[in-house]
Amino acid sequence: MYEGVVQNLIDELGLLPGVGPKSAQRIAFHLLSADPADVKRLAHVLLEVKERVRFCRVCGNVAAEEECRICRDTRRDPHVICVVEESKDVVAIEKTREFRGRYHVLGGAISPIEGVGPDDLRIRELMARLADGQVTELILATDPNLEGEATATYLARLVKPMGLKVTRLASGLPVGGDLEYADEVTLGRAFEGRRLLDV
Amino acid sequence: MHVAHLSLTDFRSYSSVELALEPGVTAFVGPNGQGKTNLVEALAYVATLGSFRVATDAPLVRQGASRAIVRAAVVRDDRRALVELEINPGRANRARLNRSPVPRPRDILGLLRTVLFSPEDLALVKGDPADRRRFLDDLLVARAPRFAGVRADYDRVLKQRGALLRSAVQTRHGRRQGPRRQEAEAGFAAAGAGDALSTLEVWDAHLARHGAELLAARLELVAALRPLVAKAYALLAPASAPAGMEYRHTLSTAVDGLPPAPGDGPAAPPVTEPATPLPGRSELEEALRASLLEVRQAELERGVTLVGPHRDDLLLRLGELPARGYASHGESWSFALALRLGAYDLLRAEGGDPVLILDDVFAELDARRRRSLADIVAPAEQVLITAAVPEDVPAQLAGARFDVAEGSVTRVR
Repeated sequence: MYEGVVQNLIDELGLLPGVGPKSAQRIAFHLLSADPADVKRLAHVLLEVKERVRFCRVCGNVAAEEECRICRDTRRDPHVICVVEESKDVVAIEKTREFRGRYHVLGGAISPIEGVGPDDLRIRELMARLADGQVTELILATDPNLEGEATATYLARLVKPMGLKVTRLASGLPVGGDLEYADEVTLGRAFEGRRLLDV
Repeated sequence: MHVAHLSLTDFRSYSSVELALEPGVTAFVGPNGQGKTNLVEALAYVATLGSFRVATDAPLVRQGASRAIVRAAVVRDDRRALVELEINPGRANRARLNRSPVPRPRDILGLLRTVLFSPEDLALVKGDPADRRRFLDDLLVARAPRFAGVRADYDRVLKQRGALLRSAVQTRHGRRQGPRRQEAEAGFAAAGAGDALSTLEVWDAHLARHGAELLAARLELVAALRPLVAKAYALLAPASAPAGMEYRHTLSTAVDGLPPAPGDGPAAPPVTEPATPLPGRSELEEALRASLLEVRQAELERGVTLVGPHRDDLLLRLGELPARGYASHGESWSFALALRLGAYDLLRAEGGDPVLILDDVFAELDARRRRSLADIVAPAEQVLITAAVPEDVPAQLAGARFDVAEGSVTRVR
């Protein structure tokens, strides 16, 4: 055990995800020997991120203002909404530069084991966005695991009466990979989702 | 296939042991409690990623050690593969193939295939349905390793659905914990979002899809296994009534090609060869879904999933009587052996003679059954036997012999 403040710092750091007691100690001593200006800057952004960052009132993505950058961007296609589980999924899809529509961040997936039901996700907000009929396509981009699939099925059933186009991201083979290295489940999915080769 | 080398580190009673093995028969002989079964248990673990003796991994690691390592060199069609498995209780196991790590231990399934006979097999006939379901599912995985994934997915859906049903039960009794959001707004409520029930349909759909895949595979397996088991049983117990088996499902709706679930009583006509082809996955999925709807009220009261492959059974019969409850001890033993022999025949017919492991089995059999079993297994590519005394090993199965005493293994022949 170290003296008061130092131990407090180690304890706090140890609460962060992926940081064990040893790493917490290492980071604490790094901070102790660091330039005071650097530490001040770190402390400042920590406070700032908590004070300033909020969740976009439209899509639920992390935002610096009332609405996020994407929702404010008038060049984005308002007819297509891509539904994802987390904000980090938005970043992943944005990197592709393939998608020009808007997003909706659910904040997780349906998982009774963890006590997460539809009421705990931002589904009501999604339904409100769809109500005015401007959106014509909903892309379900939840994770391709059991909980993500269940969430996608649930949403597809929920919006079915609205008559809009509902699509699910394809699962299958990684690009640039070898067929032989794909696991059976992925390869099986790829077979199910095979498409006509038009030449 | 055969195992050419087995090496254990901190596995059960062994801190370290290296064994060079050969095709043909090898016997491990020694008094009880000296570690014979530990040797074959390690091999069976590499084949199935689970122990046939314990449900958790902790007892597999030597006291005081943090992990156990099993290495097996498997030779198949003159090709040698080195499979290594690090068993970490409470954490993920790690596997290597030919010294390179594989992404998941599951990826080594299928490299070594074993059929294991042990005194615990009596439970296949006398024990709970769970024992027979495990027999079928393990065999499915041995035939096609991808079923390890199918089974895991089904178990996961079952868990999720179970959690949902239980929370529905609690809501009903007004004991639900945690904050609950305000009642749904228009539109959302109109869509029938009575929380639990609305997502139950989603889990029904997933349960039906994964369940149908498992169910279809089991039905196909039972059909393939039935004649092989009957043949093996007739060899082991020629004087007894013929052995038969039927898959007992929990579906409440009729499906083409699937007879209604057989009852427990001694009635039921003798099993005839099914003339109609087995039902396909989509029909089974439909039937599962319909059956779930029928039991919904009961499920919501009890908080458990009442329909699906996790509640099915394999009904074993001798003549027209169910083996469970009616068969004598000797008949039960013969039936258990016949199931394993049927599994062996099936795996062998599909390529790659599996390694046969007979753990302390001969001591349990009378002279005639002992001889029949020895005759059947003698031609196998590799047979590993454990026995307390050399006399327990039948003469037809003379081969290499290791003596096992106080954790040391020495070759004597």
